[in-house]
Amino acid sequence: MTKQILSPLPGTFYRRPSPDQPVFKEVGDTVAVGDVIGLIEVMKSFNEVQADQAGTLTAFVADDEEPVMAGQALAELN
Amino acid sequence: MAITKLLVANRGEIAVRIIRAARELGLKTVQVHSAADTESLAVKMADEAVNIGPPMASKSYLNIANILKAAADTGADAVHPGYGFLAENADFADAVQAAGLCWIGPAGDAIRQMGDKVAARVAAQAAGVPVVPGSDGRIDDPDRARAIALAIGFPVMIKAAAGGGGRGIRIAHDMEEFDRLMPQASAEAKSAFGDGGLYLEKVIERARHIEVQILGDGTRAIHLFERECSLQRRRQKVWEEAPSASLPQAMREKLCASAVALAEAVGYRGAGTLEYLYDDASGQFYFIEMNTRIQVEHPVTEMITGVDLVREMIRVCAGEPLRFAQDDIRLKGHSIEVRICAEDPAKNFQPGPGTVTDMIVPGGGGVRFDTMLYPGYQVPPFYDSLLGKLIVWDEDRAAAITRMGRALQELHVGGLPTTRALHQLLARDPEVQAGAFHTRWLEPWLEQNAHRIGTEETKE
Repeated sequence: MTKQILSPLPGTFYRRPSPDQPVFKEVGDTVAVGDVIGLIEVMKSFNEVQADQAGTLTAFVADDEEPVMAGQALAELN
Repeated sequence: MAITKLLVANRGEIAVRIIRAARELGLKTVQVHSAADTESLAVKMADEAVNIGPPMASKSYLNIANILKAAADTGADAVHPGYGFLAENADFADAVQAAGLCWIGPAGDAIRQMGDKVAARVAAQAAGVPVVPGSDGRIDDPDRARAIALAIGFPVMIKAAAGGGGRGIRIAHDMEEFDRLMPQASAEAKSAFGDGGLYLEKVIERARHIEVQILGDGTRAIHLFERECSLQRRRQKVWEEAPSASLPQAMREKLCASAVALAEAVGYRGAGTLEYLYDDASGQFYFIEMNTRIQVEHPVTEMITGVDLVREMIRVCAGEPLRFAQDDIRLKGHSIEVRICAEDPAKNFQPGPGTVTDMIVPGGGGVRFDTMLYPGYQVPPFYDSLLGKLIVWDEDRAAAITRMGRALQELHVGGLPTTRALHQLLARDPEVQAGAFHTRWLEPWLEQNAHRIGTEETKE
């Protein structure tokens, strides 16, 4: 069954901690509860997105550096 | 005027402020905006609006090519950069002028010179403006280092020449500690930055942040007195006043004269601010940096002088000579500005974008609210949290604080968290009322008083 990680906040989604560093997670990676999968920038403050479910990351549904709404799906696990 | 149509290369409350000034000067306005700002107040107010890209600032408000194209497409003949974004980008200033447009700011080279900390320090010293005492450059010889430390006076900051962002700094309180820390600091600097070079600077312990507003036409400059912005959180100004709560008249004259000297020495054109640290224990002031743009807190200066700074900066940058002599500028009464941000001060200032459900704007004598809010406006999450600036004027400082408390009680913004309650507590604080603060006063105060925010005493 597909599980989704949702954005807790509206803002800009980032898959990397900073532009010159690797992504937090790649498709195919194992994700544990509490793992950071990305950041949401809200009004110049950066907030970690932690997985609230465990599984294998199958896809990112939101694009890196793109606007997201609160409650929008960011990534899918199975 | 030599210009007819002004493009506003900014957003939020300052875009609204610029459109108002332009309209009063008889100019048409073009508001450029991101896809997230289609419904902004500035877009609704301007004569024309042009979408310059997606929400991310790097793709819209910082996109020089798209902004210049919008100017060409609309026939704008001048560009106002506001504050933040491209306001202090010398290359943008040059590009605007190379495109044959009028730039509402100082020349690119003036931005470059005053934007570089070392170059600005040299220019300040050359104009006779005191800078934070220190070694002029690196110190390598231990005996010379000791002599400089003694001359500056303890405590002394030992800084790594290659450091930055607060890293590589040690503070020595006496010569014994200095001798102990110097080799450590050098070794640490070498391993952390690959360069063991050190320099020294005096520690200004209980400094106030005082800044002087200047206006120049490229030849002549005037000052419009000072502002004090000592109440800061994470180096962000929270509450600003004009004049300073603490500066003696003789010191005010000295500080303002030094700012004019520096502005004239660099042939400054437009509105600018020279920032200083002021140590009221010793009565010394030190230049720290110059901001080559209009500042967020400019309205407090407008309130005590009656001069519209945004209109005047447009005039001088369009080629008109300054309309004022120094003697025309009179300081009257006291003004305070507080920043109303979409942050929850009871939850460690967590930002909270959202939709304004309803709002009540304070009014009455001596009250001004510069904002981009309107009922139904959706505050986007992509930019700064500043929603508006509540500004009051009254006959003296005590009356201005009372009036600020009254205006804050009237202010209501529904649908979002705001910093209103923080300012209510500050307005009632005995130390704030006494003007007994410095740049490191607010953060410890917040640790002790944050629990009072959102309780009965800050209810609307």
